[in-house]
Amino acid sequence: MATIIETNDTHLYYGKKEALKGISMAFTANEITALIGPSGCGKSTLLRTLNRMNDLIPNVTITGKITLNGQDIYAPEMDIVELRKEVGMVFQQPNPFPFSVYDNVVYGLRLAGIRDKRQLDEAVETSLKAASVWEETKDVLHQSALALSGGQQQRVCIARVLAVKPDVILLDEPTSALDPISSSKIETMLLTLKKDYSIILVTHNMQQAGRISDRTAFFLDGRLVEYTNTTKFFTNPSKQESEDYISGRFG
Amino acid sequence: MDPIRESLLKKSRQSKVERLGKLVSFCCITLIVLIVLAIFYFVASRGLATFFHDKVNLIDFLTKDVWNPSVKDARGLPEVGALPMIVGSFLVTILSALVATPFAVGGAIFMTEISPRRGMQILKPVTELLVGIPSVVYGFIGLSVVVPFVRGIFGGTGFGILAGTFVLFVMILPTVTSMSVDALQAVPRYYREASLALGATRWQTIYKVVLRSATPGILTAIVFGMARAFGEALAVQMVIGNAALMPHNLVSPASTLTSVLTMGIGNTIMGSLQNNVLWSLALLLLLMSLVFNLLIRFIGRKGALKK
Ligand SMILES: Nc1ncnc2c1ncn2[C@@H]1O[C@H](COP(=O)(O)OP(=O)(O)OP(=O)(O)O)[C@@H](O)[C@H]1O
Ligand SMILES: [Mg+2]
Repeated sequence: MATIIETNDTHLYYGKKEALKGISMAFTANEITALIGPSGCGKSTLLRTLNRMNDLIPNVTITGKITLNGQDIYAPEMDIVELRKEVGMVFQQPNPFPFSVYDNVVYGLRLAGIRDKRQLDEAVETSLKAASVWEETKDVLHQSALALSGGQQQRVCIARVLAVKPDVILLDEPTSALDPISSSKIETMLLTLKKDYSIILVTHNMQQAGRISDRTAFFLDGRLVEYTNTTKFFTNPSKQESEDYISGRFG
Repeated sequence: MDPIRESLLKKSRQSKVERLGKLVSFCCITLIVLIVLAIFYFVASRGLATFFHDKVNLIDFLTKDVWNPSVKDARGLPEVGALPMIVGSFLVTILSALVATPFAVGGAIFMTEISPRRGMQILKPVTELLVGIPSVVYGFIGLSVVVPFVRGIFGGTGFGILAGTFVLFVMILPTVTSMSVDALQAVPRYYREASLALGATRWQTIYKVVLRSATPGILTAIVFGMARAFGEALAVQMVIGNAALMPHNLVSPASTLTSVLTMGIGNTIMGSLQNNVLWSLALLLLLMSLVFNLLIRFIGRKGALKK
């Protein structure tokens, strides 16, 4: 299995506070990796180091090495804009821009300077279809995305990321603000997306991790406790903490 | 009667206080409404007397360009063409808003997006302080700095639309800036994050997402500034030259609705035509400020619909 992203002894400090305490792990291409762990253990922090969103926060120090396809993403010559096109991100709260559905989906393409209407139309249709929200939005493409339901908005946000054709998609609790039906639509969609994308998913929902992920990484207090095949993790974890967490004894 | 039932039926102290509070606030709002209605009635009754009592033609009033209320024309009607003042008012308003907008929006972007820490700690309080400076101060500075400056460059007296525009520009800049800052700050952080995460640069994020989402708020800020410029009397009157002539260029003495009003209102006799036409100008001002208000509401409503 090809490794797409690899972190090597990654530490992250918010000011003096150490939020990641030496994470070394490899993410496999065309798989879904679930990151789980109790609140505050550093899942979002790790996810945001992978597309350098932490650069926006003042006083953040990151040490160690993170590579995408072998390229050090924190190297000085790395183009952050290019990196973020390769590594797309979906947030916990659906956050479509207050524009039309169409303008939302083509946002990244327009940034890249694409003006050709046919090309944009095509991208909108394929992305919305891939995000399984085409049927619900095809008649309201030119109306505000904010008029959609939360679940539809989240899928439009995913379509917006897909339109840029990233290699990796990071999702930070993408279904925690949604109802079970919307959530299961997104889960099904992620399963179909994994043949074209590498997906890293933060979730608090252990059933969700168990249902859709190939590998599960369990974090505790800024450390990677266990990282293994999902089936093995949930049926036969090798660490006591993992077992306690799965059985709901803490967290 | 059992004590629980009794205490439920008896009005509690809180509910009495609540009733009293409602009553007081109701009285206050009634007073405000009454005052506003009274002002409207007063201005309208005086202002309309020009047309009903003194038989001035409304169209002539709005389109003729000779202002000489004490002189009668060939038909025996007073010469009260308000067009020069109307044009003057709109010119200084629109020009000052045109000049102020890029500076205000640029400043607001600097304060919220480029250097938020310095912006919020130093610049925003400073702009808010500037909002509170009395207009006579601006007028005085205009009179002693701007007018000589204009005179030095363009010749003539230096009084005129250009000097008025400049003074109003400085006056409305803080208002428009600080309201634009509020509009930009109201754009949620997650829009910016979403844009950056899609590979936008900071500048692309500012003009494609932040400015676009803040447009209704920024428009409101501009209209607010225009309303202030349109209604400003003292500062403008000090630098515009106060000649009720059609402005043919930006550096010859002109006048605005407000400057004619402040100049004339003390020098005319109540009930005379000369006095009534001033009320007509006041009515025009009142209607215009109503229009600005409606515009602000309209923009606000359109902005809210998108949410
Ligand atoms: N911007 C920040 N500045 C300072 N400390 C932060 C910041 N963001 C997160 N932290 C701290 O870093 C630690 C990890 O936070 P993080 O958001 O990664 O947790 P998480 O695992 O995603 O939690 P949750 O499941 O609640 O989302 C927490 O202790 C948090 O307080
Ligand atoms: Mg989190």
